[in-house]
Amino acid sequence: MRDLSAARQGPYVAASPLVRPLSPMTRLLLRGGADARAAALAALGLPFTDTACRAVCASGRAGLWLGPDERLLLAPQSQLMELSERLSAALAGRAHSLVDVTHRQCALEVSGPQAGVLLNCGCPLDLDPSAFPVGMCTRTVLAKAEIVLWRTGEHSFHLEVWRSFAAYVSKVLAQAARELTA
Amino acid sequence: MLLINCPYCGERPELEFVHGGQAHIARPGSPAECSDQQWADYLYRRDNIKGVHAERWRHTHGCGRFFNALRDTTSDQFLATYKIGEQPPVPAQAQPRKATA
Ligand SMILES: [Zn+2]
Repeated sequence: MRDLSAARQGPYVAASPLVRPLSPMTRLLLRGGADARAAALAALGLPFTDTACRAVCASGRAGLWLGPDERLLLAPQSQLMELSERLSAALAGRAHSLVDVTHRQCALEVSGPQAGVLLNCGCPLDLDPSAFPVGMCTRTVLAKAEIVLWRTGEHSFHLEVWRSFAAYVSKVLAQAARELTA
Repeated sequence: MLLINCPYCGERPELEFVHGGQAHIARPGSPAECSDQQWADYLYRRDNIKGVHAERWRHTHGCGRFFNALRDTTSDQFLATYKIGEQPPVPAQAQPRKATA
């Protein structure tokens, strides 16, 4: 039987120049009505938007639209306690659910002029900047895994990958990258 | 790849969606007053339409929302999608399948 302990030790495969793991961060998943969403974004110092599939970011924090009532809130790792308290205060009395998913997923960055082409090895979305502009974010699929894809620049994407899928996703990307750079 | 128009996210690849069965099936208001046959009909009996069918779909690997769709079961063509709670739009006539491209 294959020894899985090596995979357990390092969820990331040292992939390729195009793919790198991002440092740990704080992740909170918010669900709630318009008032709760507005209060939460304000508490994080983020501008409010309800536009589908768009992320807002300011001073190292980000709010990603995942669904009409669902936002993924990202912030630096050290801010978990502070932000949890601030959000609990801002959301008190408003119907909502706020879940700490910090350790459920990890982040990869795919960057370079070929980043979109690389992701299209397993992601069926049209990643041309005209169809998927900077600031657009969505849940989607990459090969057999579900990911959150966020375009942070013309040539850079932020991927949120569930922890147990990280090795798989980075290997799929590494394999495709070998083809691109061959 | 077949594109499905999610009412929240726009046109997205079929891979992100899951079919959710026939749409517009209302749960009986007082199940206790239903006969066994009525309850079984509600639970199990579905239309098997050749043509335009109202169905539930879920954008599972996207916004996660359920929505409804009118789909022609003979051509797999989506004629319209609309949010849960909305009335089905009157669909444009199903396009007859062309024999040649
Ligand atoms: Zn959607």
